[in-house]
Amino acid sequence: MAHPTVAVLERHLVLYRRLWRASVFSSFVLPVLFLLSIGVGVGGYVGEVGGVDYLAWIVPGVMASTAFQTAIGESTYSVLGDFKWVRSYHAMRATPVGIGDMVVGRLLYVLFRVEIAAIVFLGITGLFGALHSVWAVLTPVVAALVTLSAAAPVMAFAATIEHDSYFALLFRFVMIPSTLFAGVFFPVAQLPDLVRPLAYVSPLWHGVELSRAATLGVAPPWPVWTHGGYLLVCSAAGLWWAYAAFGKRLQD
Amino acid sequence: MLAARFSPSRVGAVVNRNVGALRSGPSYWLVLVSGFFEPVLYLLSIGVGVGALVGDLALPGGRVVDYAVFVAPAMLAVSAMSGALSETTFNFFFKMKYAKTFDAILATPVRPFEIALGELAWAMVRSCVYTGAFLVVMVALGLTSVGWALAAFPATLLVGLAFGGVGMAVSTLMRGWQDFDLLTTGQFALFLFSGTFSPVQDYPLVVEILVGLTPLYHAVELVRGLALGELGWGLLGNAAYLLVMTVAGLAFSARRIQRTLCQ
Repeated sequence: MAHPTVAVLERHLVLYRRLWRASVFSSFVLPVLFLLSIGVGVGGYVGEVGGVDYLAWIVPGVMASTAFQTAIGESTYSVLGDFKWVRSYHAMRATPVGIGDMVVGRLLYVLFRVEIAAIVFLGITGLFGALHSVWAVLTPVVAALVTLSAAAPVMAFAATIEHDSYFALLFRFVMIPSTLFAGVFFPVAQLPDLVRPLAYVSPLWHGVELSRAATLGVAPPWPVWTHGGYLLVCSAAGLWWAYAAFGKRLQD
Repeated sequence: MLAARFSPSRVGAVVNRNVGALRSGPSYWLVLVSGFFEPVLYLLSIGVGVGALVGDLALPGGRVVDYAVFVAPAMLAVSAMSGALSETTFNFFFKMKYAKTFDAILATPVRPFEIALGELAWAMVRSCVYTGAFLVVMVALGLTSVGWALAAFPATLLVGLAFGGVGMAVSTLMRGWQDFDLLTTGQFALFLFSGTFSPVQDYPLVVEILVGLTPLYHAVELVRGLALGELGWGLLGNAAYLLVMTVAGLAFSARRIQRTLCQ
């Protein structure tokens, strides 16, 4: 008999086996198209940023933001749906599966999704010649931290709401602004002083800087432990919140 | 044929139903209004942020402009496209397949072509709200003049009609929500490669020709030409392309509504 957490992971993987085709585009094709359009197309006009060509500069950012977006995407409709429409969490509660197993099992599944995408992306960008350091092998670890720090709180949020329109607002006011202004496409130093702290708050910025430090082999703007520590704190807080929110929702 | 006769009042009734449905809750309102921010954010991030890295850019005509000036009209065209598409794809599909709204409407004197026209008109309301607000932002940021903004507005209407019509036609062919992944991917690919972020002349010739066949390219060319005051005969070709999309999309949608719901 598998551990209940593993059983939850297995359930998500079984569902994914039926749906993986749909994710091929969002996980693999779109990030590459993004690189071609912005990295190569616009990069031709940009020239160099921070001493490297623009493509090499945005590759780690696109990778971190793909992890970020996948993490959020996989923690919204499907979580609310499993509470509200499919009611699979209520089904799980009737088994030895505990709240912690539900939360951790789903996070493991999201990590699985992100890691595959991150490793494939790393390979492709290697072919583009956009990796400048062997430290690049650490970017999947950074992607994992970004995933946890984004997926856990969003899962918790999804467990607390009743209506799915809030997701559209989450995408528009949190996910897309984060992606556009957290140092993926241009340095946050260019942001006005008033707005810059908002970028620092986003876990994505810390992930982007760590990934960039790894692929270019340079030091990140802040000490590595502060970036990593912030991501860990966000993950831990998110986990705690998710645990509480799941428990509360299943009390009815 | 189908398009031969229609009554404006019955088309108006279809639009009116959608206006009434707005009162179903505050969240739909919020989602509708918030859709305007997306292109603005892209404009600020890529246009202004990345634009600071790019500096100036030479238009095909030889005029040198700020990168944000180049990107802004493209984002305007994108916002016309996405405003119209968000209404004629997800919402249209839901009404056709799940809410059975059109079955109910067809039980009244309203005919399929009138439903298609009414839905398209409603999508245009959304599209116009987005593009009108975006043009105000462009003028405020000094990316176009008031005069050229007024000239570009009708072009954005045509863009909304074209994408709304085709979006509706595609929605009548959808089998389920999974098919929408293909649609959003296609929409995003158009967004990235239609001369939105960099001139298409940079692409290899084969790619440039392929891009020339896709719809958003013509929308961007038309809107950019008018917003920047770079007029040429080519703009008429772009407009004709969009006009054909509109008519074909409408006729096809009406036929599909007729065939799937009236038998």
